[in-house]
Amino acid sequence: MSRNVAVNVEFLTRVEGHGHIVVDVAEGKLNKAELQIVEAPRFFEAMLQGRTIFEAQHITSRICGICACGHSLASIQAAEQAIGFTPSKQSIDFRKLLLHMENLDSHILHIYMLVAPDLVGEQSFMGMMKDHAEAVRRALRMKKICNDVCDILVGRHVHPITTVVGGFTKLPKKKDLETMRDKLEQLIEDLGPTVELISSLTFPEFARETEYVGLVSDDDEYPLLMGDVGTTDGVRKPKEEYASITNEFLVPHSSAKHAKNKRSSYMVGALARFNLNSQKLNSFAKGVADKLGLKAPCYNPFLNTAAQVVECAQCASEALAIVNSYLANGVDQSEAVIVGINENKTIPVQAGTGFSAVEVPRGILFHHYLVNEQGIIEKANCVIPTSQNLQNIEDDMHRMVPEILDRSDDEIRLSLEMLVRAYDPCISCSTHFLEVDFVGR
Amino acid sequence: MSRPKVAFFDLSCCEGCQLQIANMGEMLLDVLGLIDLVEFREIMTEKWEGDYDIAFIEGSVTNEEAIERVKEIRRRAKNVVAYGSCATIGGVNGMKNRRPLEESKQEVYGDKGDWYPAIETKPVHAIIDVDYFIHGCPVYPAEVIKVIKSALAGLHYQVPDYSVCVECKFNENVCRFDLGVTCLGPVTRAGCNSWCINNGNVCYGCRGMLSNPNIQGTEEILKTYNIDPELIANKLMMYNAAMESNDE
Repeated sequence: MSRNVAVNVEFLTRVEGHGHIVVDVAEGKLNKAELQIVEAPRFFEAMLQGRTIFEAQHITSRICGICACGHSLASIQAAEQAIGFTPSKQSIDFRKLLLHMENLDSHILHIYMLVAPDLVGEQSFMGMMKDHAEAVRRALRMKKICNDVCDILVGRHVHPITTVVGGFTKLPKKKDLETMRDKLEQLIEDLGPTVELISSLTFPEFARETEYVGLVSDDDEYPLLMGDVGTTDGVRKPKEEYASITNEFLVPHSSAKHAKNKRSSYMVGALARFNLNSQKLNSFAKGVADKLGLKAPCYNPFLNTAAQVVECAQCASEALAIVNSYLANGVDQSEAVIVGINENKTIPVQAGTGFSAVEVPRGILFHHYLVNEQGIIEKANCVIPTSQNLQNIEDDMHRMVPEILDRSDDEIRLSLEMLVRAYDPCISCSTHFLEVDFVGR
Repeated sequence: MSRPKVAFFDLSCCEGCQLQIANMGEMLLDVLGLIDLVEFREIMTEKWEGDYDIAFIEGSVTNEEAIERVKEIRRRAKNVVAYGSCATIGGVNGMKNRRPLEESKQEVYGDKGDWYPAIETKPVHAIIDVDYFIHGCPVYPAEVIKVIKSALAGLHYQVPDYSVCVECKFNENVCRFDLGVTCLGPVTRAGCNSWCINNGNVCYGCRGMLSNPNIQGTEEILKTYNIDPELIANKLMMYNAAMESNDE
């Protein structure tokens, strides 16, 4: 077919951050399919140099408002390894709780506010008030619950306050735990109708097998906070070797780096986690996957949204289990720490290198710091899930465009926008922390 | 009377202050009932070609394109709100002003630095007139509601120009200095209800410095607790570095 198509979507809407989609088809031949990242660079790693490691989580959570808790958790994990600090079991449990709330909050935002409008033929979430008012109210209610639980646990969801290197500056009391429990139970009730809504919608049909990358572990837990880095191509490496999986490279049309492992690209995020670890989901989440007809391995990137619904069930029930266990056994309030920038040397510091690999909403996130004996950051690096997905998105576009050339320009444009949105890209993140070479390390 | 046209715009930032709007829950629907939200790229595809009654600008100016964008917004807006610390004082983006831009580019992009144009971080009011300031990283929801009410009613909003310590005392927190750590509360403008200290942390100065900080009092505190003034100066530069360079 000799057809010309020029898609040029400037400032793609309903994604976090600033990106353009540019596709050029001339006489039936695809010349260009790019997701241009035009976010202004922010130079976070350059800003971190010379600051104390005790400020790292505060600063890096400002990379992204949506994933602030995720950045905070990744930053703390790498920082604690760098200075040689081992967190308590209670700290780890509450960090897991925070990560569940982060994944829930972000998935709900993406499922309802960013993706659902396309699937019901509206331009925005507010447009859904006409025919889907109950869904809009439910989404806002669920999002508010995530926010309220984070308010209790870490002071606020956007840029958490209490979670620091060394533990928590404030710990939940019994009545806080009871409130969290009640709210999580309400949230779980709202998951039923959420699954109903999503199973009633039709996702675009498209499949392209790629390599799926995420945390893997030997125990029975669906790994989110800790584990090795694994892929569906059988690679497994400790987090310290992340750079040999991400292999980042620069392209002129994106201020965010691209990544690849052995193939030309790979995918991270809910669908990657589902493909790697679906057998470890709890029975509630497995039930949701069955209802949605989602089976691993799944090669349709549009179903990343369905995998997010499955993870909502997983995270909500696991979060409730953590809260209930501390209701039963009590919280050790003596573990609360006042750290500041460690003026009082509350926490012993040694020179070192630290790494983290944490499954945040959009996929696996790596932080990497080098600190001196005073705990001052000499080098910092961070590899963002969205950056890791960019090349995979473009590879999908290359496969998809020729398959849909029989459609109108508007339909092609919408399909491409929906494809990019399915990955839930967080462009602020991907741009705001670009790489640094650890020469000789 | 038609509902006021409101738009949200984002420059270089984390978009977390916009999220504070989405986090209002069902109360958001009440606010949306009072206004006509015409542009908000993060959550809606609709675009608007006309004028705005209130334009919220989030984020700092960090490239030439942003300078043109804010000027265009100013031309079309009756009221401009600088929304969040990146917009009001430069915020964390300002830290990059503390070293030569070429050095940061080299650090991040190596020899490809010229692919990604950038300028020194500036707050919005360094480029255009701003009618309302909502400080904070992130903004404090109760203050956002106050400012929206003021703007809708055509009233001035006065940002508190007393220190975080005032609110902190009302909240009966133990002074952080007494606990052996440093805190920017004494020199930072209030309005956040001492959010971070209520949660066991310290003040990082995200709302910017008071117009007339009590330098002598602060010096006395530092002396009492035997703290190096350099340490405090460095802490202040986490949020206030862009203001410093703009004042020069």
